[in-house]
Amino acid sequence: MNAQDALVEYLLRLGDNALILGHRLSEWCGHSPALEEDLALSNVALDLIGQTQLWLNLAGEVEGRGRDADKLAYLRDARDFRNVLLVEQPNGDFAATMARQFYFDAWHYLLLHGLTGSTDPRIAEIAAKGLKEVTYHLERSQEWVLRLGDGTEESHRRMQSAVDDLWMYTGELFEGDEVDQVMVRDGIGPDPATLHEPWLGLVRATIEEATLTLPQPGWAQKGGKRGIHSEHLGYILADLQFLQRAYPNATW
Amino acid sequence: MYAQMVKTGVEHIRSKDEMSPEERAFQDRIDADIKIEPKEWMPEAYRKTLIRQISQHAHSEIIGMQPEGNWITRAPTLERKAILLAKVQDEAGHGLYLYCAAETLGVSRDELLEQLNSGKAKYSSIFNYPTLTWADIGAIGWLVDGAAIMNQVPLQRCSYGPYSRAMIRICKEESFHQRQGYDAMTKLARGTPEQKQMAQDALNRWWWPSLMMFGPSDADSVHSAQSMRWKIKINSNDELRQKFVDQTVPQAEYLGLTVPDPDLKWNAERGHYDFGAIDWDEFYQVIAGNGPCNRQRLRTRVKAYEEGQWVRDAADAYAAKKAARAQVKAA
Repeated sequence: MNAQDALVEYLLRLGDNALILGHRLSEWCGHSPALEEDLALSNVALDLIGQTQLWLNLAGEVEGRGRDADKLAYLRDARDFRNVLLVEQPNGDFAATMARQFYFDAWHYLLLHGLTGSTDPRIAEIAAKGLKEVTYHLERSQEWVLRLGDGTEESHRRMQSAVDDLWMYTGELFEGDEVDQVMVRDGIGPDPATLHEPWLGLVRATIEEATLTLPQPGWAQKGGKRGIHSEHLGYILADLQFLQRAYPNATW
Repeated sequence: MYAQMVKTGVEHIRSKDEMSPEERAFQDRIDADIKIEPKEWMPEAYRKTLIRQISQHAHSEIIGMQPEGNWITRAPTLERKAILLAKVQDEAGHGLYLYCAAETLGVSRDELLEQLNSGKAKYSSIFNYPTLTWADIGAIGWLVDGAAIMNQVPLQRCSYGPYSRAMIRICKEESFHQRQGYDAMTKLARGTPEQKQMAQDALNRWWWPSLMMFGPSDADSVHSAQSMRWKIKINSNDELRQKFVDQTVPQAEYLGLTVPDPDLKWNAERGHYDFGAIDWDEFYQVIAGNGPCNRQRLRTRVKAYEEGQWVRDAADAYAAKKAARAQVKAA
């Protein structure tokens, strides 16, 4: 794989993770447990939509085929999306949303931290901006894991089942492939495997403090990075892309 | 308006001679444009009317999140999606400031939400209409926020301090929303024939409900007269409606869209547009619960509230545990 193709692929992964998770969080707006949460979840979603624009615009620029962030977000089919399976999982209850967010934030934080040292200054700059936002996202999702884990009996039960159910989607975050190899070789991004230990340390500490049990290592579902998704993604795209598909070439 | 037909509980307007000394002093302060603050003495009817008005306004913000939220996942570009999400988020924020303003009058947010969820409290009639196409999002920003601003700008000067200050913050954001709505409509009106038709259709459906937002004529209403005396209502419904029509018709013309009113015409003598009769029967039906979305809106709100109960309980339980642990540590 040549360096340019690998870089485009890598940027699509970064952008698609932010896009799909931002989309999922935006589904909560107006339906969350309290007004304060409508505000906070929307804030996180807005940060992620902003990061999507930066990553996907850069992907389009590097690709050089005249596609911008909107074209990439609205005019690709599911097989061309590169997000990890974790972010497309349905919102479920508030515990499931927060478990998904916490697993992702802990990883996202470490990844962006690594990317701030990228040899590609465009990537280092986006990562530095994103890292400020994600530092706050992580604090927030951590806090909710604690509240729900160490709250009431019901919240503890729901949070435990959420961290258990989503555990199998975390393995993919640390799985490297030839794209990652090129990134490591060129000093653009960190080796995903090196993020595992610090991630596990962060996750273990929070889960234990929340009086929850860390799930056992097990089978990891993967495929998102290569475009093999769950059935959920197609429905996300059906909503997301409806207008662009129904009215081709219109401007909005 | 976001608060429609607010009752004051009074049957006639009392002259200063009929007032108690406290009440007279209170009215004198209002007449002198001095703000009333939470800890000061106020007539019970003033307090209750304000709670009704502010909470109706807050409920409207909260229910208003639904028709627009309906398009967040389907917004046509990343920028439009961010703008819409931020707008709906602002509405949650407005709801919060307003519930806080109401709380200064001795009622809790939970009590007010309970009144909303039980169907006892009202919210603006406009939010019981459905958002069927993307153009409805532009139309709501342009027309509904535009109508709301007509009422809220004067309310920045209202007599109750916390309400007035909430309005000042809210108005800044609302005028931003209105510009964004008009911008979205402009894109459609200048777009493909399908987009232009979408914009016209949205104007057709939202025009009359927007005029109804101001409520029926209140020229002879004792409640309006009392609220105006208390300076918690600044203009009559008809005045505001006329102002809205006068402002909006040229904007529609600029977009090349047609206002769906065959009787609409400029009256040079009055210096205002004349417009056709409003179907008040429809308005009263919507207020009574028979609008296209009343049941759906309330059901959605109650569902979110009930499904969030265990989360709020967990947050309270955790905060209590944390406080207890801190106490043990300190001891």
